[in-house]
Amino acid sequence: QLLAGQRQPRSFWTFEYYQAFFDVDTHQVLERIKGSVTPLPGKNFVRHRLRNNPDLYGPFWICATLVFAVAISGNLSHLTEKRASPAYRYSPQFHNVTIAATLIYCYAWLVPLALWGFLQWRQSHGAGAYSFLETVCVYGYSLSAYIPTAVLWLIPAAWLQWLLLAVAALLSASVLALTFWPLVRADGWATALAVVAAVVSLHALLAVGC
Amino acid sequence: FAGLADVSISEDIPVEGEITVPVGSRSPDEDYSTLDEPVRDTIMRDLKAVGKKFVHVMYPKKSSALLRDWDLWGPLVLCVSLALMLQGGSADSKDDGGPQFAEVFVIIWFGAVVITLNSKLLGGTISFFQSLCVLGYCVLPLTVAMLVCRLVLLAGSGTVSFIIRLIVVVAMFGWSTLASTAFLADSQPPNRKALVVYPIFLFYFVISWMILTFTPQ
Repeated sequence: QLLAGQRQPRSFWTFEYYQAFFDVDTHQVLERIKGSVTPLPGKNFVRHRLRNNPDLYGPFWICATLVFAVAISGNLSHLTEKRASPAYRYSPQFHNVTIAATLIYCYAWLVPLALWGFLQWRQSHGAGAYSFLETVCVYGYSLSAYIPTAVLWLIPAAWLQWLLLAVAALLSASVLALTFWPLVRADGWATALAVVAAVVSLHALLAVGC
Repeated sequence: FAGLADVSISEDIPVEGEITVPVGSRSPDEDYSTLDEPVRDTIMRDLKAVGKKFVHVMYPKKSSALLRDWDLWGPLVLCVSLALMLQGGSADSKDDGGPQFAEVFVIIWFGAVVITLNSKLLGGTISFFQSLCVLGYCVLPLTVAMLVCRLVLLAGSGTVSFIIRLIVVVAMFGWSTLASTAFLADSQPPNRKALVVYPIFLFYFVISWMILTFTPQ
């Protein structure tokens, strides 16, 4: 059963089934975004913010915004770097969008799937587990930390770019770590969190590449 | 029929009427069958409907004409003309150019479908095709902007032309977004309006970006 936390299970093929995932108001979405960039040691993102109401609006549109932010700022920073050389002609580099879209959406779905599967497997060893939807939700909201980074990447100072990237990666990785720590604490596996942090920084390298 | 025994009709009220029931209702098709009219009339009627909707988009008042009689001709024409005008961009290598025709087409239609699904999932009361119709028609200001940009680029491609293009595209982007929210915002639950407006903003922003970054050969 993929969705253990749902209130009223409906058939998979009806429209209302999916409507249950979009049951959020504007201020709730804003609260969740704020919560995903502020790692507070006492507050678990899933329990505190989601409160058994995971949504797909946030992850989907945050990923979409991130795709376009990365593509556009990559294109513009390419322009500012190369503008000095006379042989350069501006080109929109539209293929960046398709590459970025594929990579970001794969990351946003496959990594939570892997993590959820891993936690389910370890459940017999005493670790807890969140539902698949909650995992996707947490990952999606944690990507929101990268959007201002992508936009501010336009400032052509290399040290500032790396600093922003480090700050964003640190914030979102710590929120993710705090979220999953109670689950694996019973199991005593600190390496799981190392995996989480490594995956997040891999994603940061993606933003660099664009 | 025991109750009818008490009913009495006085003699000076004539009882009359027709026993036959008219077949079918009085619909406009009954009065004139559209199969027999000249082809020109058929085409002109549809063209006039499309033209009326264009006028509604350019002066967005709160009228429900755009929503009631939705059609997808206008969006199709706008999308194809925009995609055609975005062709012929410069390319240093094969991969480095602007969006291809198929990419523009897919972005516009797929983006409109996703936004419609999003607003319906959030609890909107508008129907699927009505929303597609509104989003498609509100691409009109951006198509006008593309036309202006191409004309400006014919004159030259320096900084001045870039500033002109930037102002025109930004103005048309604002117009598109305001027009579509004027039509769509009423059908959403009140505490989710921003959630619905943001994807529309993103959609028109991406289209404006494609228009602004167009550089000819």
